[in-house]
Amino acid sequence: MSADVQLNDVWIRFGDFVAARDVNIHIQEGEFFSFLGPSGCGKTTLLRAVSGFLDPSEGQVLIGGKDMAGIGPNKRPTALIFQNLALFPLMTVWENIAFSLEVKGIGKEERRKKANELLELIALPDQGEKMVNELSGGQKQRVAIARALAAEPDVLLLDEPLSALDLKLRQHMRTELRAIQQRVGITFIYITHDQGEALTMSDHVAVMSQGVIQQVADGSTIYDHPETAFVASFVGENNMFSGKITEVSEEYAVVETPSGMLRARRTKGKGGSLHRGDEAFVFIRPESLKFVNGSAFDNRVNANIKQQEFEGSFWQVFFDVEGNNRTVKLSMVNDGSTLPHEVGDRVELGFSADVAIATPAGELAAE
Amino acid sequence: MGFWQDFFRKNGKALGLFLLGSVACWMLLMIILPQLFMLDFSFRTNVPPPLWGTEAHGYTFEHYRYMIYGSAQSTESYNFVDLSVFGRTILTAIFVTLIDVALCYPVAYYLAHVATGGWPRLMVMALIVPFWVNELLRAFAFKIMFGSTGIINNFLVAIGILDQPFDFIRNSVALYSGLSYAYILLMIFPIYNAVESLDKNQIEAARDLGSPWWRIHWRVVIPHAKPGITSGCTMVFMLTAGALAAPQILGGPSSLWFTQIIYQAFNQAGNWARGSAYAIILLATCIIFVLCVMKIFKVKLGEIAR
Ligand SMILES: Nc1ncnc2c1ncn2[C@@H]1O[C@H](COP(=O)(O)OP(=O)(O)O)[C@@H](O)[C@H]1O
Ligand SMILES: [Mg+2]
Repeated sequence: MSADVQLNDVWIRFGDFVAARDVNIHIQEGEFFSFLGPSGCGKTTLLRAVSGFLDPSEGQVLIGGKDMAGIGPNKRPTALIFQNLALFPLMTVWENIAFSLEVKGIGKEERRKKANELLELIALPDQGEKMVNELSGGQKQRVAIARALAAEPDVLLLDEPLSALDLKLRQHMRTELRAIQQRVGITFIYITHDQGEALTMSDHVAVMSQGVIQQVADGSTIYDHPETAFVASFVGENNMFSGKITEVSEEYAVVETPSGMLRARRTKGKGGSLHRGDEAFVFIRPESLKFVNGSAFDNRVNANIKQQEFEGSFWQVFFDVEGNNRTVKLSMVNDGSTLPHEVGDRVELGFSADVAIATPAGELAAE
Repeated sequence: MGFWQDFFRKNGKALGLFLLGSVACWMLLMIILPQLFMLDFSFRTNVPPPLWGTEAHGYTFEHYRYMIYGSAQSTESYNFVDLSVFGRTILTAIFVTLIDVALCYPVAYYLAHVATGGWPRLMVMALIVPFWVNELLRAFAFKIMFGSTGIINNFLVAIGILDQPFDFIRNSVALYSGLSYAYILLMIFPIYNAVESLDKNQIEAARDLGSPWWRIHWRVVIPHAKPGITSGCTMVFMLTAGALAAPQILGGPSSLWFTQIIYQAFNQAGNWARGSAYAIILLATCIIFVLCVMKIFKVKLGEIAR
């Protein structure tokens, strides 16, 4: 079985400190949902409110439509995979996996059988008799997943479960996690500070900063249509220009920046309130920035080439742009032709208004 | 070999030799020699000091025999007095140890994983400070407290639970309480250290998997704390079985403690040989008992020293 999860007007405070601020999210049943945000933004705290280890200071947590207030973690239809896994080191692998069955009073024979099935699912057959500490990092990871799944939760909660693994294993586990989720069909709520993980695995992503949900959308919407300055600067790479709005229409905004007048799509939803005279940011992705060579662009800026880096399939070019003290970056696919310019050249860069985005000035992700 | 090379490289030759020498001296002078002396003494006939080392001071099993069969003149076939005191001492020490575990485990768990803020510190202070008071004074305080006009009797009579004062001393309640309290810190701290080193997430994981509180303790916390519990039990058991002050002061007129018999042998009867034999019997019994219990609970000697 699977269940949806609703967070309604959830606030979580520790004394004066607000760890979650007015969170409203509806996670559909059976989906892979991620919370993405920098470390310390309140992701674990929010997850603990869903699993029942803490009660929100205000607001409601509903699982399968049922208010969870006053229901302890051992009575909720959730299972949590801890950031450090928290496997029981004094039990064998199969005892770990079957712990929730032991709790339910199921006999040893059947526990063993179920554990073996799950060991099969996580591709660790015949490892049941080992002690947890005899396993490698990736294997422990899978045992933690099996242990949680054994409880047959409606919602599986994962707190940065891959952060301790090395890069290669991490990428492998991404695919595996997604496959397991599709096989068991229950709701996964996944927490990470790694945007690659969030974007590749999830049906929906909630980007979070300092206890505030910035945007909830699918991965490509988050990437292409960020709603706030934070999302634009946190997810993927972005070049930023800051200035004041001189003109707003339904679809576009014009921002006067020291580098020139820049026209861009305006944000919708949460970041929708753009008015004339407001401080605003214009974001343009490195892959959308072009060298001007005759073709017409909505926006042009003057720049000096600072550095060029070859990255195999890509060229990365870095610029000092007039009126912008941040380094601006351009990436272009390496199609075999040589770069048109050299370091030190003065060039003109262009981009169209449709690939740039204007947001109200606001909090930016740390570099 | 590597250990010693390391040891000397780290400390230098002079300091290394000094450290090694002082530890060896300590072991030899304070622990091994006196015990060997006692052991030797326990196997010799009881003669006055001037004759020590002479022909008359020969080897014999008579004191060990005496513990079991009593004197040759006795009409009894066994030394029922000493044996029963010995048995009762061991059983009471076990009982006191169990009481201490039952008291200390919850307190240690509370201190380590439940209490927040300044509470744990305050509670630890409250536990330690009374032990600045001398052991004898503490025992006398218990005696006064449990006396027929002591605060406990007065209170129980005043609220009407008792019609007349209860003789806590004659019924050994005072003794059990006093002994339980005497070495309680040696139980609390090893358990606290062990419980405290448990990752909180494991407790939460067990809870998240649906476990009721008692199973969390049974399957996760207690197995983790087992070395600490064993370490505490060992110390409390040994020290309780070997206690002298509390039984002397709090024991009823009819309840002798085995150490009191040893004390009498040394001091009143002037029979050092028998005193040594009895002391060796007590020590050996305690060690064997502790090793057996550790075997049963599958705790290794190395683990309790952590
Ligand atoms: N029990 C607590 N008491 C006080 N502050 C806390 C507590 N738990 C978390 N916090 C604070 O809440 C913020 C969010 O923490 P957390 O949810 O763990 O972040 P994340 O998982 O996103 O890294 C942090 O600043 C942290 O210090
Ligand atoms: Mg966290």
